[in-house]
Amino acid sequence: MNFELSEEQRQLADSVGRYLADQYDFESRKKIIHSDSGSSDAVWKQLAELGVLSIPFSESAGGFGGGAIDMMSAMQSIGQALVVEPVLASVLAGRLIDRVGSASQRSEILPQVVDGSRRLAFAHTEDGGRYRLDHVSATAVKTGDGWVLNGLKRVVLGAPQADLLVVSARSSGSPDDTHGISLFIVAANARGVTTTPYRNIDNQRAADVKLDGVQLRADALVGAEGGALAAIEEAVDFATALQCAEAVGAMQFANDTTLEYLKTRKQFGAPIGTFQVLQHRMVEMFVTVEQARSMTYLVCSRVDSATDATERARIVSAAKIKVADACRQISQESVQLHGGMGMTEEMKVSHTFRRLTMIAQEFGDADHHLDRFAALDR
Amino acid sequence: MDLNYSTDEAAFRDEVRGWLKDNLPEDLRRKTAAGDHLDKDDLLRWHKILAKKGWVAPAWPEEWGGPGWNVTQRYIFEEECGLAGTPPVIAFGVTMCAQVLLKFGTPEQKQRHLPGIYNGDVFWVQGYSEPGSGSDLASLKTRADRRGDTYVVNGQKIWTTLGQYGDWIFCLVRTDFESKIRQEGISFLLIDMKTPGITVRPLILMDGGHEVNEVFFDNVEVPAENLVHEEGKGWTVAKYLLGHERLNTGRIGGSKRELLRLKAFAAEQTDGHGRRLIDDPRFRDKLTRVEVELMALEITNLRFLDAMRGGKPPGADVSMLKIRGTEIQQALTELMMQAAGPMAAPFKPTGPQAAGDFDDAIAHLAPRYANYRKTSIYAGSNEIQRNIIAKATLGL
Repeated sequence: MNFELSEEQRQLADSVGRYLADQYDFESRKKIIHSDSGSSDAVWKQLAELGVLSIPFSESAGGFGGGAIDMMSAMQSIGQALVVEPVLASVLAGRLIDRVGSASQRSEILPQVVDGSRRLAFAHTEDGGRYRLDHVSATAVKTGDGWVLNGLKRVVLGAPQADLLVVSARSSGSPDDTHGISLFIVAANARGVTTTPYRNIDNQRAADVKLDGVQLRADALVGAEGGALAAIEEAVDFATALQCAEAVGAMQFANDTTLEYLKTRKQFGAPIGTFQVLQHRMVEMFVTVEQARSMTYLVCSRVDSATDATERARIVSAAKIKVADACRQISQESVQLHGGMGMTEEMKVSHTFRRLTMIAQEFGDADHHLDRFAALDR
Repeated sequence: MDLNYSTDEAAFRDEVRGWLKDNLPEDLRRKTAAGDHLDKDDLLRWHKILAKKGWVAPAWPEEWGGPGWNVTQRYIFEEECGLAGTPPVIAFGVTMCAQVLLKFGTPEQKQRHLPGIYNGDVFWVQGYSEPGSGSDLASLKTRADRRGDTYVVNGQKIWTTLGQYGDWIFCLVRTDFESKIRQEGISFLLIDMKTPGITVRPLILMDGGHEVNEVFFDNVEVPAENLVHEEGKGWTVAKYLLGHERLNTGRIGGSKRELLRLKAFAAEQTDGHGRRLIDDPRFRDKLTRVEVELMALEITNLRFLDAMRGGKPPGADVSMLKIRGTEIQQALTELMMQAAGPMAAPFKPTGPQAAGDFDDAIAHLAPRYANYRKTSIYAGSNEIQRNIIAKATLGL
């Protein structure tokens, strides 16, 4: 057992950390989020060059063949800097192609994902399903030598920037069956695809994706027909582990900046950090982040080495419970301890608040994971 | 980074687990599991079994009988003892007094006291708190006046855990009443409890147990050779000890065993309409959050141990192990009692005088819950631990 990063992990962490510290400061980020597209092509290219986009993909697909633990430090830096470019969307959709796609799908698509020239998003969430991954009512009907897709996907992260969508649709069964879900590769500009982009509260860009009689060739199918759920669960678990690391980075920033504020802000003739009631709240924030960090180490080292899907899901849900609770506590307390200034658009801590708020309920909130953990424990 | 045990570490864990299975006496295992009072004979019997095996003092150097384990092995041993449900090795001798002597003691003091501690021949207790000096320990007033080759000790200690069994007591006493810095007037003294002038009076806690005591000193003559470190350096010794103490307050192994018991117990409780308590989402969510906090604390604990490789002392932030560890212990005892529902009420006094027709497994839950409120108070209250982190780690 050891907690040291390998040489390669340390190098990646250093280079990503340095790049974001230099080039992705709060002012630069402000320009990006107020731009039309809400994300920067230059940043995306740079993230690709640093290797961030290649880490989790297999070597045969042009990737680095790494695990969550190899990407953990980079994700922490991404969280710290509040990067809005959709790294997780790329990892999530790319992982599905990498794990269950055909050899030609992998060799055709993934090298371009790795070098940043093509972007992916995973269109899965629908109305009425909350966090249930088996809730798919979009349909895929077999025609002659292809498929026709219909349905509405909601809040698809990274969809506005994506060239290709990995879309889940039901090729058999009824909306909540575990069997019958299939995956398809759909060009974002394909006929019948309508993308309605918007800005989320945390300044990430997402879109609703309407599929209206979208015609696909037979080779658009990714993996086995009707058997996609296990791959989806695995990919979402993997992305959840990475998001825990992102959350820890963002929470670390929130704590650092709040601690700094406690030491400099004066009221009643003294720095407010001299008041014990605030000291103890700050200590609780500190302990919470260390505990969330521990769970992140655990989940990133086990999510792709767990002996089976149950063990993996257990660890992921445990981590997300801790991290979601921590996100709420740290975001709320950091604003409270900043007083009115914490409420303002001009303070980064208010942006961290918004990102942490959304992380707490992306890929399942604490209640969802409490339910899943309990069900696995029987 | 790899959070899995290496092959060697896994083999060591299996060795410890197997040995504990074969050597933990069944009556002690049962008593410990039931939360029954463990008397001096019980505690020392287990101590001596470990001493004979060479495992009673995992953190000691090998020249004094330590097994030469690294920090991970020590952690594995602790965890396995917790999971097996062994009686505790009382910390006052092996982990507290001995650590002080190893660091600050003279060769004569080590030679005189360490073998007795190791073999379980001498039962040590701790004399720190006083009626007027709890969290503000440095205000302590018990005085030791130097008269030639002896100190004459007068005053009172309180919360002396297992003081009724004590053969020797290590005390913080005031030797200098002039010093402007209160901490500089304190010394660390070893006192034979058979010395005339010492009176031990029990304090019965709300669970009915006799665990702590008041100890009165009335002109107690202590040979000056029993001073540890220099006169006036007692606070330095005490601070050194606190770091060691806090590393051991997480009690991860014990909480893991308690969690398994809680799950089994909650699965047995039904409401008469076929619903098991463990399937009640309100109860279940509380239980899961404790389990997750414990999973996290185990990793946090390992991170501290990892950082201590090569003999580095833990930082002040080790206080978080005490805070979260005791919160988890308290939450588990609370949920256990809650799980018993209305059956938690009947009171079975602890100790040898216990009588009556009780389901032992249930009767001890409420007293144990009451007793465990102590954990966030003792060894530096959790508020004091937060003060420590605020000051020493966060710089507030």
